[in-house]
Amino acid sequence: MAKTEQIHMSSDRRQPALSIKALRKEYRPGQPVLRNINLDIAEPGITAIIGPSGTGKSTLIRCINRLVNPTAGEIWFDGIDMAGLDRRDLRKARRHIGMVFQEYNLVERLSVIENVLCGRLGYVPAWRAFFRRFPEKDVERAFQLLDSVGLGADFATRRADQLSGGQRQRVGIARALMQEPKLMLADEPTSSLDPKTSVEIMELLSALSTQGAIPVLVNIHNVGLARRFAGRIVGMSEGEVVFDGPPSDITDEDLAKIYGGEGWYS
Amino acid sequence: MSTSPAPNPASWRSRAFPARWNKRMAWLGLLLYVIYATSIIDVTWERFVRGIANGGTFLARMFPPETAPERMALVYSGLLESIQIAILSTFFGVLLSLPIALLAARNLMPPMVSWAARGVIAICRSFHYVIVSILFVKAVGFGALAGILALIVATIGFVAKLFAEAVEEMSMKPVEALRATGAPFFSIIFLAVLPQVAARFIGFTTYQLDSNLRNSTMVGIVGGGGIGATLFTAYRRFDYDLVLTILIATIILIMIAEALATRLRRIFQ
Repeated sequence: MAKTEQIHMSSDRRQPALSIKALRKEYRPGQPVLRNINLDIAEPGITAIIGPSGTGKSTLIRCINRLVNPTAGEIWFDGIDMAGLDRRDLRKARRHIGMVFQEYNLVERLSVIENVLCGRLGYVPAWRAFFRRFPEKDVERAFQLLDSVGLGADFATRRADQLSGGQRQRVGIARALMQEPKLMLADEPTSSLDPKTSVEIMELLSALSTQGAIPVLVNIHNVGLARRFAGRIVGMSEGEVVFDGPPSDITDEDLAKIYGGEGWYS
Repeated sequence: MSTSPAPNPASWRSRAFPARWNKRMAWLGLLLYVIYATSIIDVTWERFVRGIANGGTFLARMFPPETAPERMALVYSGLLESIQIAILSTFFGVLLSLPIALLAARNLMPPMVSWAARGVIAICRSFHYVIVSILFVKAVGFGALAGILALIVATIGFVAKLFAEAVEEMSMKPVEALRATGAPFFSIIFLAVLPQVAARFIGFTTYQLDSNLRNSTMVGIVGGGGIGATLFTAYRRFDYDLVLTILIATIILIMIAEALATRLRRIFQ
């Protein structure tokens, strides 16, 4: 249903887009949330991280673009270690990582098109952003992206707080794509949405990922959606990766290992 | 697991609404102090009655209000100066409040910076604007400049404090999202912070313009210029009919200002 022809191909390398090595995060000393995470993301398509609440999925995703600072370990993205960057270089590196949030995180009082153009803020000086003097080609692309995520141009000047949840998430995805990302992170993108809209959003992410050749790393606690849309599933439990493989390989024993208990998955 | 409740209904009520003795003692203490203070500072019924009579004579001497053209010109130029004081002090006060408030917001700034900015705001708030005007009259001399400076301080104390609180109450989610795009600090301020608080900021500003107008009539009494200066002179010369004219003119000015402020808010929201 979404038209995605206009998305530019943005991947011309064959090295892994993301390589996480021995990542550790402690919010309180001695109480690790992430223990020893090793993960390579190379291929475009959706990689789903599943696991019980509080097991560090969200922390893992936020460590990648340093919204959360890791305690130890390396995060290699596009040839640089994100963990070692100072503020200026971090800002530059973040421009290439798009992020989609559970509660959309739009600026409610701005229009839809302004929210989409926020994806260019890393490239545009602050005074230009203040006067909304975005380059003409950026604005043109913002309109194209609105179309690609299934919202028409007539949505452009509507205020974000007038949209439904599904529409807001589409704007959130368009904002992330506006960055022309080499990697997309999605933190529970469907958890605030109804089942039907959830499927539509996952279909959209999946299509964009394939057509733009962008790897997408998704936190998701709906195992059904993960199985249906992901090409690879990473199962986490108590801050560690306990399963890593294609959805077809995941067994009831694996699910029991990830979530604990038994019988609930049948 | 728990003891069964007592069957006695009276004990049910005392369990639901336990007696709060410290509250009762506080009210009793306040009552006792009011009685004590009244007895100390020579407040008597007789004095009150005599005062009412004096007030009546004073009011009678105010009528009819002064309308002679040369006196009206005096009132007019005084009012004009008060309006100028109010507008200029609001403009510069709000302009200074913006950066101070952003520095004071604890969700955007490291603790060191926000505490320093909070200190500045606290100093601006700690003195009444009349006291601040007296200081500025001593510093820069009689006239409107002293009044403007005093009201700039008052404006920072009010607008910066409330604006900082508004920034602290906003949602951090859009800020997080814009950080994730690699946006520079000022872009985040312009596109994630200001849109969320702009409406409230306009509200504070129009409210402050309104109260600066009222305050600007007051700074004149200590030498800060404006209609207050004219009023004070009229009082000292027992020109009570001119006093009444000034009071009526001031009331009309404040009412017009309030209507305009409501209009302004509606335009910006």
